[in-house]
Amino acid sequence: MILTRDAAVAEIVALSLQVSGIALVLSTIVGIPVGVLLGLTHFRGKRLAVSFVYTGMAFPPVVVGLFVYLMLSRSGPLGSLNWAWLPALYTPGAMILAQTIIAFPLVAGFTMAAVIGVDPALRLQVRALGASRWQTAWATLDEARAGVIAAVVAGFGGIISEVGAVMLVGGNIAGRTRVLTTAIVLETNKGNFDLAIALGLILLSIVFLTNFVILRLQGQTLDA
Amino acid sequence: MNEALFTLRGVTRSYSGRAIVDVAALDIFRGEALAIVGPSGAGKSTLLRMLNFLERPSSGVVRFAGNDFSDSQEMPLAVRRRVTTVFQRPLLRRHSVADNVAYGLRLRGRHDAAVDVAAVLAEVGLAHLAKQPARTLSGGEAQRVALARAMILNPDALLLDEPTANLDPHNVGIIESIVARLNRERGMTVVLVTHNLFQARRLAHRVALMLDGQIVEVDDVRAFFETPRDPRTAAFVKGDMVY
Repeated sequence: MILTRDAAVAEIVALSLQVSGIALVLSTIVGIPVGVLLGLTHFRGKRLAVSFVYTGMAFPPVVVGLFVYLMLSRSGPLGSLNWAWLPALYTPGAMILAQTIIAFPLVAGFTMAAVIGVDPALRLQVRALGASRWQTAWATLDEARAGVIAAVVAGFGGIISEVGAVMLVGGNIAGRTRVLTTAIVLETNKGNFDLAIALGLILLSIVFLTNFVILRLQGQTLDA
Repeated sequence: MNEALFTLRGVTRSYSGRAIVDVAALDIFRGEALAIVGPSGAGKSTLLRMLNFLERPSSGVVRFAGNDFSDSQEMPLAVRRRVTTVFQRPLLRRHSVADNVAYGLRLRGRHDAAVDVAAVLAEVGLAHLAKQPARTLSGGEAQRVALARAMILNPDALLLDEPTANLDPHNVGIIESIVARLNRERGMTVVLVTHNLFQARRLAHRVALMLDGQIVEVDDVRAFFETPRDPRTAAFVKGDMVY
């Protein structure tokens, strides 16, 4: 089935990559700066903010799905506003939103840990060489690159294999919101184990290939 | 050498209510080499960090070239960039030697520093290592790269925080001769924190003794070692001070 490149399967794979890819980009864009901020600055309420991030890292995806579902449903606080830019339930947009919320604390939390791990004396040296606040943060991020890459890997791992949230807010609609994980659940429930295993192998291959590429990037960093 | 580059008045730095530095008055003159000696924990490195505007005084003012740095007043970036420090550890970034040396210039927006980098690396005797990953160097080589990274910025003041503490005599000699050249030929102001009294004697025009955060005595190098005014200085230079 994989070899014959079934169109429906291709569509499912493409949607999986699209949803998780966009969610990862969004969570990285927000999560890395938040992680740097939490790691390098001191402000009132920081401890609370870190607690929220840590809690988010351990949050069950299905609860995030439930939260997004309630928010976006017609009677929910956001759904009732009818804002055009807000994604509707049972669309890829809603799935991206849920996965972004799942990946964000993972990216932010691991980035924070990575920048905290950079020798403070090195930050002092960078400042002594004339770095501005931004340049110091950037240099710290560069030093922590291996850890930051690991943060992005953790974020990707947290969403590509996630099923509860996308099932709730996407609905597993064929041709519209069906992704690899929800398709595996469906085919297993239907007793189509061969198809479920094939989809599982595709998912595993995607995760392996992605991590392989990232590991090579990280390897270059570690070797440098 | 009469124009004060740094003027410190009533400068203190406290942590958890304990004063680590308490300098009533200190002038550091343009073009001089001032060595600050004293036991560990005397506040020498903290003082140096304030001279590089990395740490704000808890009270008092550090004035540099007419600009004030205090608890309530940050030093503008352009002024801060006129001073740099070489620390005891070289603290090189995970890039090549040449990239490390060029780093300070890149921070200032200069990306065409290859010629300058080559010249400075030749000056510290490491031109052949330009492309090598900086973190593969020996301790002595790494510290010479750190010095090159500071020299290329041509700062008004070069601060050195025990730069040769962990080095062999050969590298100590190289670094001392470069620092002496920077001070005597380029007129660069040098502030050297050191435990090595012989080094202070070799490099400095004036020497200050710091004890418990305070400057006990500051005098010309010869007077400091030969006719100290304070009995604590006399005990320190003779090695009689137990701390």
